[in-house]
Amino acid sequence: MNWQLDKNKPICPQICERVSLLIARGDYKPHDKVPSVRDLAVTLGVNPNTVQRAYESLEQQGMIYTMRGSGRFVSEDVSVSKESISSLRHEKTQEYFIQMKALGMSTEDTKTYVKEWEQ
Amino acid sequence: MSVLLNCQNLTKSYGNTTALNSINLTLESGKIVGLLGPNGSGKTTLIKLINGLLTPTSGVIEVCGLTPGPRSREKVAYLPDNTYLNSWMTVEKIVDFFVDFYEDFRPELAYEMLSKLGIDKKTRLKALSKGNKEKVCLILVMSRNAQLYVLDEPIAGVDPAARDYVISTIINNYNPEATVLISTHLISDIEQVLDEAIFINNGNIVLQKSIDEIREENGKSVDGLFREVFKW
Repeated sequence: MNWQLDKNKPICPQICERVSLLIARGDYKPHDKVPSVRDLAVTLGVNPNTVQRAYESLEQQGMIYTMRGSGRFVSEDVSVSKESISSLRHEKTQEYFIQMKALGMSTEDTKTYVKEWEQ
Repeated sequence: MSVLLNCQNLTKSYGNTTALNSINLTLESGKIVGLLGPNGSGKTTLIKLINGLLTPTSGVIEVCGLTPGPRSREKVAYLPDNTYLNSWMTVEKIVDFFVDFYEDFRPELAYEMLSKLGIDKKTRLKALSKGNKEKVCLILVMSRNAQLYVLDEPIAGVDPAARDYVISTIINNYNPEATVLISTHLISDIEQVLDEAIFINNGNIVLQKSIDEIREENGKSVDGLFREVFKW
């Protein structure tokens, strides 16, 4: 998993995105413990307060839960994470088609191009 | 959350030159804050006022609720922009010196960091390279258990790998009650660990915002915004 953060975008939503991706893909399974705030902050080289805020937001969305004294864990129900990833997928695909359009490719051209590229 | 630094209409002039022009600034506990500005913008003047090394021309400055002086220095760990340590002393001697000087100094933490960066405690300071000297100074400062850490250009002479270690040291030693104020030009190296950035120019505070707010509003990094704001 590439944890490289985009320097031009806010950090907190990027952390939320990565963690929800790891949950949706099943790298973190329900009731798995997620890294502590400090560990994740050191791994990413970011401010612990930012990780704290990201976790609070994920908790509010129901992707993770806190057990007082023992840490944060992945929720039983991973549908929220899956949903957030499907909207991310939509966003990225849209971004791709827009970029290809800027390169002079229509949507149809791009689809054909992707098929060819696969082979 | 408590207020660790409070400046009200703080002005400092050197003769006809105004280094700080009636600034108002508040820093709360539990934050890592970047003090960013071009050369001659007033960063070091502000830092020296915080440490009581200069007296204000007018206005008020309070550090941990106190007027800067011996009492406030017990609570502030200060890394100056040039070293004041005796170069004939060995690293070990300097650690002893700090143990005598500061009640909140944690020698075991200092030795742990020194050995991690491969610095021999028997070496005299003058035998160390510029970068290694800077690492020693930073380690000594970060080994105190202070309320406010004031770091003036902490990573300028340090190689990129050690820079990463220094940054993770700051994160690891981070205490939710303390605040770290870092003045630097190397913004891109450090901006990810900051809570907020303060831009200072010609003795005026031009911006004080959280990193994510800056990125959100401008669609670019703090480094990118700095280059735009202070473009020649």
